Amino acid sequence: MLHPEPHPAEVLVLTRRFRLPNSASIETYLATQGYEAFRKALTMAPEDIIEEVKKSNLRGRGGAGFPTGLKWSFVPRQSPKPKYIVANADEGEPGTCKDRLLMQYDPHALLEGMLIAARAVGASAGYIYIRGEYRYLIEILDRAIEEARQHGFLGRNILGSGMDFEIYTHSGAGSYECGEETALLESLEGKRGVPRLRPPFPATSGAFGCPTVLNNVETFCAVPPIILHGGLAFANLGTPKNGGTRLFAISGHVNRPGVYELPMGFNLLRMIHEVAGGVRGGRKLKAVIPGGSSCPVLRAEECDLPMDFDSVARAGSMLGSGGVIVMDETTCMVRAAARILRFYAHESCGFCTPCREGTRWLSQILSRFHRGEGRREDIDLIAEIARNMLGRTFCPLGDAAAMPALSYVQKFREEFEAHLEGKPCPYEEVAVHA
Amino acid sequence: MPELIRLTIDGRDVEVEPGTLVIEAARRVGVKIPSFCYYEGLSLAGACRMCLVEVEKMPKLQTACTLVATPGMVVRTETPQVIEARRAMVEFLLTNHPLDCPVCDKGGECELQDMAFRYGAAESRYVETKYHVPEARWSPVVYYDRPRCILCYRCVRVCAEGMGVGALGVINRGGRSEIAPNYGDHLECDECGACIDICPVGALTSGMYRYHTRPWEMNHVGTVCAFCSNGCKTTLGVYHNEIIRGNNRDRSGRNGEFLCIKGRYAADFPHHPDRLRTPLVRRDGELRAASWAEALALVESRLRDALTRGAPIGIIGSNHTTNEENYYLQKLARQGLKTPHLDHQRTGDVAALMAALAGRQGALATMNDLYEARAILVAGADLAQQHPLLSWQIRANWRHHQARVYVVTEGPVREDRYAARSLRVEPGRELEGVLALGEELRKEAELVIVFGDSIQGEAVARLVAFGDSLGIPVKYVCLVDYANSRGASDMGLLPDLGPGYQPVETPGMTLREMLECGDLAVLWVVGANPLAGRSGRPPAFLLVQDLFLTETARVADVVLPAASAYEKEGTVTSVCGEVQRLRRAVSVEGTKTDLEIFGLLARRLGLDAGPRSWEAVLREIAATVPGYDLPVEALIAGAPLQVRPPAGAAMSRRGAIRSARNTLFTSGTLGRYARMLGQVREAPGALYRG
Amino acid sequence: MKFSDETEARLQRLMASCPPGNKRSALVPMLLFIQDEVGAITPEVIQEVCSRLEVSPLEVEEVVSYYSMLRRKPAGRYHLQICTNISCMLVGGAELFEHACRKLGIGHQGVTEDGLFSLEEVECIGACCWGPALQVNYDYYHNVTPEAFDRLIEQLRRNHSGRSEP
Ligand SMILES: Cc1cc2nc3c(=O)[nH]c(=O)nc-3n(C[C@H](O)[C@H](O)[C@H](O)COP(=O)(O)O)c2cc1C
Ligand code: SF4
Ligand code: FES
Repeated sequence: MLHPEPHPAEVLVLTRRFRLPNSASIETYLATQGYEAFRKALTMAPEDIIEEVKKSNLRGRGGAGFPTGLKWSFVPRQSPKPKYIVANADEGEPGTCKDRLLMQYDPHALLEGMLIAARAVGASAGYIYIRGEYRYLIEILDRAIEEARQHGFLGRNILGSGMDFEIYTHSGAGSYECGEETALLESLEGKRGVPRLRPPFPATSGAFGCPTVLNNVETFCAVPPIILHGGLAFANLGTPKNGGTRLFAISGHVNRPGVYELPMGFNLLRMIHEVAGGVRGGRKLKAVIPGGSSCPVLRAEECDLPMDFDSVARAGSMLGSGGVIVMDETTCMVRAAARILRFYAHESCGFCTPCREGTRWLSQILSRFHRGEGRREDIDLIAEIARNMLGRTFCPLGDAAAMPALSYVQKFREEFEAHLEGKPCPYEEVAVHA
Repeated sequence: MPELIRLTIDGRDVEVEPGTLVIEAARRVGVKIPSFCYYEGLSLAGACRMCLVEVEKMPKLQTACTLVATPGMVVRTETPQVIEARRAMVEFLLTNHPLDCPVCDKGGECELQDMAFRYGAAESRYVETKYHVPEARWSPVVYYDRPRCILCYRCVRVCAEGMGVGALGVINRGGRSEIAPNYGDHLECDECGACIDICPVGALTSGMYRYHTRPWEMNHVGTVCAFCSNGCKTTLGVYHNEIIRGNNRDRSGRNGEFLCIKGRYAADFPHHPDRLRTPLVRRDGELRAASWAEALALVESRLRDALTRGAPIGIIGSNHTTNEENYYLQKLARQGLKTPHLDHQRTGDVAALMAALAGRQGALATMNDLYEARAILVAGADLAQQHPLLSWQIRANWRHHQARVYVVTEGPVREDRYAARSLRVEPGRELEGVLALGEELRKEAELVIVFGDSIQGEAVARLVAFGDSLGIPVKYVCLVDYANSRGASDMGLLPDLGPGYQPVETPGMTLREMLECGDLAVLWVVGANPLAGRSGRPPAFLLVQDLFLTETARVADVVLPAASAYEKEGTVTSVCGEVQRLRRAVSVEGTKTDLEIFGLLARRLGLDAGPRSWEAVLREIAATVPGYDLPVEALIAGAPLQVRPPAGAAMSRRGAIRSARNTLFTSGTLGRYARMLGQVREAPGALYRG
Repeated sequence: MKFSDETEARLQRLMASCPPGNKRSALVPMLLFIQDEVGAITPEVIQEVCSRLEVSPLEVEEVVSYYSMLRRKPAGRYHLQICTNISCMLVGGAELFEHACRKLGIGHQGVTEDGLFSLEEVECIGACCWGPALQVNYDYYHNVTPEAFDRLIEQLRRNHSGRSEP
């Protein structure tokens, strides 16, 4: 999965161990400053750890980009209840496959990040909620946990500090919605992956009704370098308010698809043309989804932009989970939209009205369109259904479906029109697949 | 008193207690925000998204059903954006909803229909294939039609939270989500039908009502349930003189939306084929149809004969007849027939409680106290089986106010699940169990003690003394079984006590003594079945007034067909001492009310037992019966009113007291004639005994 | 039910990971781990899980029917899950799935007559940069062309016939 050599533009912070022999083993980890950040954290006051994370401008890598230090600071200091750390390893957003690499090649970094978080908020146990399909990673993580325990980094009275902490892996069983933080907590508690009403937020009432820090795998993996080298050093790698590097999974029509660690704010076109080796077959770039399938699509001419949360938002899309999906001129945008909406209809938990009914309806119309059975009025109807969902669903999955749907009809209306009145998909013959 | 929160809703100022939801705050000023999933008293869902409103300084529309009012909040509920959002939600809900309103049971009282009307999602833009799932029969009571379901989860929550049963769940996901019963293809539960009535659409329908008629074709008569003593209000749907259903969807009455299977689905007994519609007179050893004149003449002559001979007449009254009937009967007996032999099937020792309380005011717990008291003790009763409304109230109290509940029973009960303490005792040792909890109970701020028949006689006095010793306010509920058990007792259908538990000069025979007495001239049994499970009959002339040919009626000399509670006017008194008005829903040809029958006999015998209209008797009760000095006009107008413990009450020293230990699916003799009760197949109570 | 020592140990570890009073927390992984051994979530499995975790059959049904990896009927010995979601679609995932249907003569969620293969079109499996991707049971195969797919099938057939067990 890894290219033999990192691309010269890459800045290896989280991925620096990936190409070491036995990178997942604790020996390799310890030989490369592993658990030193945690040792350092043990000497720090909990508030100072949080302060350092705040300084790093680390923003959640799960999709929403919420400042991590701030999130940790919401956990009540004093609590009669135990506190928990939960790592979101559900990685379900289409176009995203970065957490998988982190866990495969550097599982101890995740454990160390969770340990530091535990130290910062006073948690007693951690769960890695990992999608059921990643079974082999559970084996890798369980092994790492065992190693860490044997080396005294987990268990009771860790390194003589008086801190007790355990980490457990916990498998999902096939549900994208379980990546949503409160649905994840429900699943962790043995229930359907239906999100919870907020407030209360997980920081005060999360896993088992106890204060909980929940972060993405990559977010946790960024913590050890932050503690080790200081928040500022990490912040300075990125752009203002967007600290550090980020793992971008570049997929689709590029010559060198893969996961690349690049500084926040790295230019999207450079990412495609330089880092990922350009569009396949020398064809023209048509569109890019910048952060996983739930992000509004960008037309090629909109892609000259820095990849950080704020810049992509200004461009009308989202940095999301960093899954950059590249589409060349042979791509049928109706087909792309139909496939994406089929996914969201399949994954809607069904709890709330607009998402349950809206995703199904959109998916049905788009598939019909792609079959050549579209009606002119359907084009506006798609946009209207999407608008009727936006901001009105119980959790963000509804938005995650509505935003792309709206963007495809807005930005590629002419392609929808080309499918009208029984016309076959104009791309069907030209499409060439690798 | 916490400080009130001031906010503005549609330009109107509102003041509410902290914690109030915007949807409730809006209701206070008459702004009705539409909602499907929100249901007062149940946990919040926020699923249907109908209640979206605009709130100043909040970028997105907010769900009023989950939003807590904060000071200075400015809410707008009817802006173009809001109206558009609601229209869109209705459109979403209708995409997969079949448009079979013309044949749907809920047509006319469907909340989705109302919303479609209000927000005009008339023309459908949905041209895709609908997701179809065939309708399912989950039990004789409950049917489920998935395509009609709008997934508001009210049913799931009312079952889990309100009923404490949890027989419904949600399966599959996304557009294929559906509600599912606890046994895969069928339901085993209390069969209360709460899920059906709480369903805003026609997804859940009842085996009793479905496809019978349309809501607007019925007359709706609000009366009191004829079965147990809890006094639930039920609104009977009457079509062509037939009761099609019972419900309390308007949440009126003390029971809110609660009703058990009996209140909702057992109201078909008036039309049971076995219903007596003509008097019967024994001729040549056989009971044969006779005219009212014939039958009454025969009774008259036997009573006259006994009166002239001075031979004893025994009277066994009913747990089902009205206060007016009971009062009139005891007066006719004591003053007209001059007989002291009067009793009824006693199921709880109310008299002992009244005697122990000695007129103390505020010591009888009301139905509302069960919902609000900080602590409740249940001794010797399985409330979920025998007193389902009490069980519901206590559960709601625990859910909403974290009431502390104590249980002292022989076996497991539903209250165990959330009780602060459950004590198992051998039958008969309930009082000892209660006394053992003294130290814990003393720490409570107040207490309601609910006790069954195992605490009777002197034990009741000890219980009250124990209550006094706790040093906290204590109120009591003495459990009795049937719709007017309490009224029978209060009106003095007792061998040694008259109305208001006032001792009579010469005590008469108890029920059992009458049955065993060798020289009664006449035994008159009104709405009771004392010979069930007994062999033989007393040698007296046996007159029975009843709805059916019961075991007792079968061996009678004359049987008079009586009208049931659903066929008459009058009042009944609930287990908590609330007097409520019955209203006639139907009439069954050939029958007469018990009051009419008493009156006819009195007139024939030339006895004067006072006026004979129910209102007049009620006025007399209010004027003369201790504890019942209530504003009669209010009662007649339909207001439930609480009776008070009478001063000068005495204990009954004669006769047996025993609860019939009905279950959710039985109710003495009457229960046998309700079709639905006989059809449910699960074991009552199995759900929490398992 | 009796499980292999390995599965039983896994279940024990799982249950030990639940905070006290939260047995139910083990439900989702437990179902998956048991399915891995038994092949499907059968009524007996549900009963077993109910008694281990003190949950009701309805609570288990709610969960089983929610998660897409849990199934009521056994899959083939080799369960082929082909991703056709957007990233894989762009590089031929849907065509690969159609090819697989033709090759095996079965459709989505079908099982070959010999019970050797089953096929499922799945949503994103986290292999977006290496598509078209598929999983055989839990093993990933990346950049799968139709030819590579055919070779894989032959390989799996050979593996199987080389085995002694049924
Ligand atoms: C439908 C949906 C799916 C999500 N899936 C994931 C996921 O697979 N992995 C993840 O880390 N976050 C996912 N998220 C985001 C989480 O809800 C949450 O914001 C995140 O895990 C928090 O961690 P972070 O602050 O480190 O990003 C998802 C959110 C939604 C609404
Ligand atoms: S938006 Fe609604 S239906 Fe969709 S996943 Fe969230 S809660 Fe479930
Ligand atoms: S009533 Fe508010 S979301 Fe349903």
